[in-house]
Amino acid sequence: MRRFLTTAGIAGAFALAAMGAQAQSVKVGVMLTLSGPAAVLGQHARDGFQLGIKHLGGKLGGLTADVIVVDDELKPDVGVQKVQALLERDKVDIVVGVIFSNVMMAIAKPVFDANTILVSPNAGPSPLAGAGCSPWFFSTAWQNDQNHEAMGKYAQDAGYKKVVLIAPNYQAGKDSMAGFKRNFKGEIVEEIFNQVNQLDFAAEIAKIASLKPDAVFAFEPGGMGVNFVKQYAQAGLAGKIPFLSAFTVDETTLPATQDAAVGLFAGAQWAPNMDNPVSKKFVADFEKDYGKVPALYAAQGYDAALLIDAAIKVAGGKIADKAVLRDAFKKASFASIRGAPFKLNTNGFPIQDVYVVKAVKRADGKYATETVAKVFTNYTDAYAKDCPLK
Amino acid sequence: MSTTLFIVQTLNGLQLGVLLFLIAAGLTLVFGVMDFINLAHGVQYMLGAYLAVTFYGLTGNFGYALVLALIAALLIGLLVEALVFRHLYERDHLDQVLATFGVILFVNEGVKIVWGAAPRNLPMPDFFSGSVPLMDGLNYPVWRLCIIASGLLVAAGLWFVVTKTRIGMRIRAGATNAAMVAALGVDIRRLFTIVFGFGAMLAGFAGVMVAPILSVEPGMGDSVLILAFVVIVIGGIGSIRGAFLGALLVGLVDTLGRSFATDLFRLVLDTSAARQVGPAVASMLIYLLMALVLLLKPAGLFPAKGR
Repeated sequence: MRRFLTTAGIAGAFALAAMGAQAQSVKVGVMLTLSGPAAVLGQHARDGFQLGIKHLGGKLGGLTADVIVVDDELKPDVGVQKVQALLERDKVDIVVGVIFSNVMMAIAKPVFDANTILVSPNAGPSPLAGAGCSPWFFSTAWQNDQNHEAMGKYAQDAGYKKVVLIAPNYQAGKDSMAGFKRNFKGEIVEEIFNQVNQLDFAAEIAKIASLKPDAVFAFEPGGMGVNFVKQYAQAGLAGKIPFLSAFTVDETTLPATQDAAVGLFAGAQWAPNMDNPVSKKFVADFEKDYGKVPALYAAQGYDAALLIDAAIKVAGGKIADKAVLRDAFKKASFASIRGAPFKLNTNGFPIQDVYVVKAVKRADGKYATETVAKVFTNYTDAYAKDCPLK
Repeated sequence: MSTTLFIVQTLNGLQLGVLLFLIAAGLTLVFGVMDFINLAHGVQYMLGAYLAVTFYGLTGNFGYALVLALIAALLIGLLVEALVFRHLYERDHLDQVLATFGVILFVNEGVKIVWGAAPRNLPMPDFFSGSVPLMDGLNYPVWRLCIIASGLLVAAGLWFVVTKTRIGMRIRAGATNAAMVAALGVDIRRLFTIVFGFGAMLAGFAGVMVAPILSVEPGMGDSVLILAFVVIVIGGIGSIRGAFLGALLVGLVDTLGRSFATDLFRLVLDTSAARQVGPAVASMLIYLLMALVLLLKPAGLFPAKGR
């Protein structure tokens, strides 16, 4: 009995010490893709997140922010290893990540099993939005289908009758086309699946020109998008056939496509010209600190910091109690970069307005996207109804 | 499927072939002559593109950028040869693969540190930035014609150097029996250094030429490297002629496959199935071609003599 008391006493002392330590700081593990060809996306998200913490005075919800940034190398197995190190060795309170859905599907379970909050600054695979949703998951970005659906709706509203779709021949490309078709009721003249990491799109572009559609919808992330957009403009199609896209024309690819992309459309929930004080301050400081125009990914990283800050405030700084913190995330509200109070759906994904944006050359000579029209108001994803959470 | 579209797609195929030849030429030279597997060839192609971007930023002139990038690519090639590759000529292929793969990782990350992870842009020279109408609603950029022309010039130049000049004779002799050539008093090491530097410069040249139509980004060399290896395996390792014809064959098969596979499968399958099967088969075609060539002519279609 005495031994039990001693043990309990020591354990209690440790617990108090632990709580004392935790009351001053919050440990956040940030896992993004920071190497390989897709590193630029992770860099935007990381820089946005760190600017958020800087704006909050180095604190999250009043607690000193202790941020550990790791690189998942866009490999699910590496992601699992590193997230386990974050959870078990570093004992992080919150995990922020990741950029890519395949890594997300690998790391989600270990994080949830450790009863740890997972804030996604980008990836939003459908299993996590539907039946496989988790009370530990919160997104400051989107469900993957959102921008494709927005483009389909835009094409429908614009009265396009014949559309050609083009995407790489892998799962995300097929999901992209499915998302576009959800709201587009016109004729899909052709679905072109190109090879992943294709260099030359001359054949596909000739095919598009021969089909003479009212518009093209492209999902060509990363370098493929740069290749496709440049060659599309060089073939003289840019002014003739409206170019709708998702994750193809944004501030990560515009420095490479430049004039070739000007006038091309994309779907997004945010663009750097958005007229609200939070966004304006973010864009100005981001450009000053990092010398580049922030892309969506940066804005999502920034909102991830704001969300964590708001949630810890709701929890009154009691981050040791994971269940309390989890409920605080559900109640958290803050002035988002999107110009409206941030709202979460039952499945942890945002309820937000979605826009069609257009690439422009700004007066200062830099290339950026600008909002053109609102496509969805208070958009919710198609999978939330399958999520059992309330 | 109209005749015009078929002709346009054939032209696109030839153009992709010439582009692949520009990349494969240096690789086949180094591989064939020195029996050295240089996986870092793609990295030299990437460096060519990045150097051109930098020199274009400094000079604002594409011609200067091209010349300076070629000189820099040559110097970098010679430096890497002296630092790393020279020590690997005697080693077996596996060591060479490992070491040059290490160079890829090192340079890819190095490029990211120096130039950043975001893709970069190299504009076309103004003089060649026009386009010619090929068919209704489709223009063909003059720059692509320049790529074709430069590829043909490189092919002709290489053929001339390798078959008609003294140094070409030594290169061929060195490829056949290096020890005998050395015994006859030729400095084989210096010969290899020249070949390697020239190969690096060719890769850099390819990088500069394609930069205006492609994304200049870290790792851009990795995807072309595989295609270049397919080309030289089909064409016959070490053979410039093989690389040229192999590149055209790969370019044509790949482009025509991508263009018409879906339409062909639509004749026998319903539309949605054809859209699934077509691209899947199209992406396999060049590898099937390679397998077929290896089965029937294991040394490639046009193997170099003496191998």
